Amino acid sequence: MTGRIRRGSLDLVLEPGETALEGLLRGGAAVPSSCRAGACQACMLRAVSGDPGPAAQQGLAPALREQGWFLPCMSRPTGELVIQEGPPPAIGASIADVTEVGPAIVRVRLEPDEDLSYRPGQYVQLIQGEHVRAYSLASSPAEGRALELHVRVHRLGRMSRWLAAAAPGTRVGLRGPAGACFYTEGRPDQPLLLVGTGTGLAPLRAIVRDARRRGHTGPIALVHGARDTAGFYLVDELQGMVDGTGNFRYVRCAMSGETSEDVEIGDLGAVTQRLFPSLKGWRVFLCGSPDRVNALKKQCFLRGAGLKDISADAFLTAEMPPPVRSARGP
Amino acid sequence: MTSLYDELGGAVAIDAAVDIFYRKVMADAKLAPYFDDVDMERQAAKQKAFLTMVTGGPANYSGRDMRRAHAHLVAEGIDDSHFDAVVGHLAGTLKELGVDDAKIARVGAVAESVRNDVLGRSPAV
Repeated sequence: MTGRIRRGSLDLVLEPGETALEGLLRGGAAVPSSCRAGACQACMLRAVSGDPGPAAQQGLAPALREQGWFLPCMSRPTGELVIQEGPPPAIGASIADVTEVGPAIVRVRLEPDEDLSYRPGQYVQLIQGEHVRAYSLASSPAEGRALELHVRVHRLGRMSRWLAAAAPGTRVGLRGPAGACFYTEGRPDQPLLLVGTGTGLAPLRAIVRDARRRGHTGPIALVHGARDTAGFYLVDELQGMVDGTGNFRYVRCAMSGETSEDVEIGDLGAVTQRLFPSLKGWRVFLCGSPDRVNALKKQCFLRGAGLKDISADAFLTAEMPPPVRSARGP
Repeated sequence: MTSLYDELGGAVAIDAAVDIFYRKVMADAKLAPYFDDVDMERQAAKQKAFLTMVTGGPANYSGRDMRRAHAHLVAEGIDDSHFDAVVGHLAGTLKELGVDDAKIARVGAVAESVRNDVLGRSPAV
């Protein structure tokens, strides 16, 4: 059988033994590549339809495989393979309601003009005029078409302040979904640890609910970090998910304040490490600021979690002043 | 001759080896500072390419690549002791995976062949 690849205006039949990467390059496509042996992942692309073959997805995280990402240098398709080119188009949405759920945190519900196909925990880009910002989805397609976002309202945030003040019916554009931080099926008894700060709770809430909906049987622990105890939100909902079987554990961790039964005081990394000293065999989800997420990721890896079992989603704050070069040495 | 790469079980086994190897390197106080600010996925991909190369798998990894990739670390002062530590963790990883000493020595010899490139020295004669 002969393989055939299509990408944008490119449409060509592969020669015997030729890889998708070789075909793309022969057809004039600009695809970066390095090792051409399935190791460096520089050439990774996304298949919209068709089968790139198992060798082309060996070593990729399950979340990436599920979305069609593959390594063209290892792909010898035997049928037609359609490869994604350019950003996906935006769709329109109406703001349904905006509710304050915590200090400077609002929950925004959006009604998109068409069903959005996404995995709970992925993010979308909101487009308002010339401003584009990414927000994680706290909702699930299983609960209806509406999308739920948790938005931290920054003092100078153009998009966040606009969203917080938006009247019902206000129009906004959105693009997506994107992101690889979501639950994947296949290991229902694997213990799950989810750690997030601030509105990093949004995707984690979605992932916990999705895992339970999909019949996850292993223990699930959610750790929400905040600067102080006033920063916790959705507390009633999450406490309501603790059912006495010990299968769901909900921990709040504040940097300062009073310790109580389910509020830990201290550094989020240190507290997480104390409560979960060994993560061998665990699946880990991390959401929050890039520094925090990277530190937690390293820590969880050193505590035994496999690198491919750690999904991290770092939130960048567009409104922050230009980054100051770190004076810290290696 | 079958390569150790194939004996270990090819790409699947190398993925498992990368986790063990990378964890050892990051837990080493002497090496850890050099990995502080790196992207872990990209670093793991590089280590996979490295482990594939030293076990005789299908990798295009040239001395020039090694030289370029480590130039900034040479400028920061890495030396033979760092290289030895990494090779030690490589041997420890293979031992953990049940590879016998003779084969570990073979892998060590391949790793040894890039020492001068990694440390940015002119090739030994």
